[in-house]
Formats: sequence, C-alpha cells, structure tokens
Amino acid sequence: MKELTPIAAVLTVLAAVPLFVHSNTTLNFLVIALMIALAGQGWNVLGGYGGQYSFGHAAFFGTGAYVTAVLQVRYGINAWLGFVAGIAAGAALGGVIGALTFRSGLRGSYFALVTLAFAEVLRIVASVAPITGAGVGTLMTLELGLHALQFESRAAFYWVILTLVGASLIIVHFIERSRFGVWLVAVRENEDAAQALGVDARKIKTIAMTISGAITAAAGCFYAQYFLFVDSGIAYGTWISIEALLTPIIGGVGTVFGPLLGALVVKSLGEGAKLVTGDVPGLDLIVYGAVLVLVIAFAPRGLIGGLYQAGRYLRRLAVSPTIPLRKVRS
Amino acid sequence: MSEPLLVVDRVTRRFGGLLAVNAASLSAQQGRITALIGPNGAGKTTLFAMISGFIPASEGIIRFAGEDIGGEPPHRLARRGIARTFQIVQPFAGLSVCENILVGAHLHHRAREAALAAAEAVGRKVGLGDLLERAADTLTVAGRKRLELARALAISPRLLLLDEVLAGLNPSEIRDFVPVIRGLCDEGITIIMIEHVMQAVMSLAEHVFVLAEGRVIADGTPAQVAADPLVIEAYLGHGAAAKLRASHAG
Repeated sequence: MKELTPIAAVLTVLAAVPLFVHSNTTLNFLVIALMIALAGQGWNVLGGYGGQYSFGHAAFFGTGAYVTAVLQVRYGINAWLGFVAGIAAGAALGGVIGALTFRSGLRGSYFALVTLAFAEVLRIVASVAPITGAGVGTLMTLELGLHALQFESRAAFYWVILTLVGASLIIVHFIERSRFGVWLVAVRENEDAAQALGVDARKIKTIAMTISGAITAAAGCFYAQYFLFVDSGIAYGTWISIEALLTPIIGGVGTVFGPLLGALVVKSLGEGAKLVTGDVPGLDLIVYGAVLVLVIAFAPRGLIGGLYQAGRYLRRLAVSPTIPLRKVRS
Repeated sequence: MSEPLLVVDRVTRRFGGLLAVNAASLSAQQGRITALIGPNGAGKTTLFAMISGFIPASEGIIRFAGEDIGGEPPHRLARRGIARTFQIVQPFAGLSVCENILVGAHLHHRAREAALAAAEAVGRKVGLGDLLERAADTLTVAGRKRLELARALAISPRLLLLDEVLAGLNPSEIRDFVPVIRGLCDEGITIIMIEHVMQAVMSLAEHVFVLAEGRVIADGTPAQVAADPLVIEAYLGHGAAAKLRASHAG
C-alpha cells in the first residue's frame, strides 16, 4: 500500500482547495480541469499504456453524458443509477468498438481514423434521433440534493469529480502493476513479440478499450450532472476527443499522473491566455498547439518525463562542478 | 522410438506466386538440439513462422506433442510451450531488461512478485544478471540476443525455436553463448536452431536438416550433412561438389 502514498498526498492537497478558495470562477475552472483529467485518464489507459491512439474518445464521453441525461429525463431513473448506467454504457461501447476494430487488425492511423468515424457517426445520430432530443438536445430538470446528484455549491461538485479522478488514479496505478498492465505495455512496444510470449494481443487491447471507455464515460456522466444540458455538438464533439488525447500527451503518456498534470497545466495556460487577450475566440487553441509543439520537441515523454529529465540534469549539475575543480588543482 | 515432440509433415507456404516453403518435412526429437541450415532465402524463417503460428501453412500438417496445431494463433502456441526468438531482435525498447523478461514470466505466474522472481532467475541464467535494470535499447547486440533468449525462456517452453541467435556476434561472444544453449538442452528443453555459424551447428546439433529453395534437400548428423554433395552445391553452386572433389584429389 506504500506505493499509494503519492496518490493519497495529491488527492489530499486537491481536496483541501475548496476550504481556501471560495471564488466560483476558480472552482468552476478546477471542476472542468478535473473533468478533462478524468476523460484524459480514460484515453491514457488505451493510448498511453496500450499505444492505441484514439481520435474519437468523444464517443465514450458523449455516451456517458447522454445515457445519464436521457435515463433521468425520459425514464425517471435515479441520478446515481443513471451515472452508473452511463459508465457501463461507455464500457460496453468500448468493448464493442474494440472487438470490431482489433478483430479487423486495425493499427496506428487506421485505428485512429476509425475511432474518429465512430464518434462522428454517433454525433450525427444523436443530432437527429428523437430519444436524444435531436438538434435541441436534452435539458435535465433542476433538482438539488444528494439523491439527485445535484448540488448548489461548486465545492460539492468539485469533491465529486475529485473522487472520480482519485478512483481513476488508483485504478491506473493497479493496472500498471498487474499482469494485464505488463502485457498491455508489451503490446504497445511490440505486438508480434508480445504474441510470441503468449499474450493474446486482441483480447488485451479490447479489455483496455473497455476500461478506457468506462473512465471517459464517467467524465461525460459528470458533465451531464454538472451542466444539466447535453447536445450532440457538446457530447460527441471533436473538442472532447482532442482534450482527452492532448492532456495525457502533454502531461506524460503512460504515467499515472500524466492526464491530471496535463489537464491542470493546459487549462491554466488556456485561462491565462484568455485573461491577457480578452475573449478572442480560438486563442486557447493556439496555446494548446504551441504547448503541444514545445512538449513534443523538448519532452517527448510529456511533462512528467520532462521533470525526470530535468531532475537528472540538475543532479548532474550539482555534482559536476567538483570534477573540473579537482582537475584544475591537480 | 516414440513420436518426436515436433513433426512438420510436407508443409508448403506460398506468397502469391512465390513458393517459399515447398512440401518440407522435419522433426525434432524430445530433449535434443536440431539444426535447420540452408542458404539465404531458403525459407527457414518462414518455416519457423509457420511452426510458431505467425503465418498459416498453405498445405501440410504440423504436430506438436502429438496434436495438430495448424492454424492456432501464436499466443496459444506459446501457452502450449512453443517459444521463438526473432532473427531481427524485437526487444520492448522502452522497457528495462527485467520488464522485458517479466512479460514472458507472467504467462505462468499471475502474481507480480512470483513473476519478478522468475524473470530475475531467467535473466541471471542467460548472463544478464547485472543488466536487469538497464533500458533494453541500451544493450549491445550480444546483450539483445541474450535478452531475446531470456524472454523466450521466461515462458518455460518445451520447444524453443532459435532464429540465428548467434548471428552478428563475435567469436568470443559465440564461445560464451554456446554453453548457454547446451545448458538449456540439458534441462530438457527441445531446441530447433536456424544457424549460419557452422562451428556452433557442428558442436551443438545432433541432427541437421538442410533447406534450399523451400525444400529439405538433406538431413542427418552434422558430419553426414557437411559431406553431402547436394548440400555443398546448394551453398556453392551447381558443379561445386565435383570441383571440390577434383581439387582434393589433385
């Protein structure tokens, strides 16, 4: 259990934030950042550990959001059950898309394109199907209270999303140390070699996509509860596919904390840019682009990988000055 | 004699119009080292790929431990006990040596501690004991070959297919490696090796099959095969055996 200490420490610090910060704007910002971190953690399981880069994680986010919203609005199902159903639907969708694409042997950019296609098809279906409210979207009823999973205070929502992020950190930590995780990484590194060692690559990737779908769907379920409104452009829009893959790539693919760090850094930069330049549309996207270019150029393993590199560099700096000095004296 | 551990019976593989392996038959006796030699492009690696399930055979039967294994995917064959190394080494480059071996060790050990212990033991056995924490992509060629072998051994195979594990090594590295292979055979692992280093084939193998242009053109003890005119011609060209004999006589 000792290895869980870093996760516990980070969660404790983050949990204390609403005790000191009361500004709704700041809390709102943090809630969104954590929601993106959760969506990104889902992507990280499949893309970071499994090496299968999906461009369509909106499919899971949207499915989670719609299932939560539609079950409550149209079928009067309890919010908690709706939330769980949304996660289950994301997992099921992940399993189905995974089974279909991996059975066809799709890898690399072909896999990325097919996931994008799935998300786009779902977006179009959701924008015309009556059950999702078609173009109008689904508006949920305001019903404050724990039973309805709706809260007046931002802090309560903040703790809800933080709990989900914490759960995802712990899940990914255990995946990393399990046989499944070792095999998943082996598939990422070299699929043929993994198969020669008895790894059923197709099955491992499909399981990873199921877990991935469930985690990203949880972010979608939270979105619905938080904003009480879902439409096809939000739920299945490319924006969330991009956020879900950018945050782990910037934070550090295939690391437990990568998505969380990436989400906090990218969102802070985006908000910072907005403060400086006013509401110029698209400026935060330019910031994304610039950060992405810098990270890939200087820290291809993300900020976490970059921190390790910097740490090693600093240690070498701290040690090395003594070496030339001795040389001079002798 | 009981049935050999592996029987390849008139196996053929076509790639479009190219006949890579043409009705080749061979067998590997339990607990022995069998060598598969032949000129470049003879179809040796294709034959290995069929035995390990990476490429399906167009025709013919492959039997392992008495069962037909044709059409089974590689991961199932690995579970049955067939391990292979790759001619072009395929390390998990981003992982450490120990993590590389761990992937194989997990096949029979679900728990992390047991798998780690097994991986370390295998690493030490092939002489990687001091390099376990090194990143796999920092190893020398000889180190990578050992890692390739260690990973395959980690799945506790009954049959080990070694595809040119000695290629690219210098003479002293080969001298270090040969006893490792013999040690595996002494533990009861049946080995088939594709090898161009004839010195190793001569000293290790009990039985040799010679593949040329997709066909098995000769088999026997290393000495028998080396003296076979057909084999000499396959390597040196048509009429070479006669010329060689003439030059020895003269």
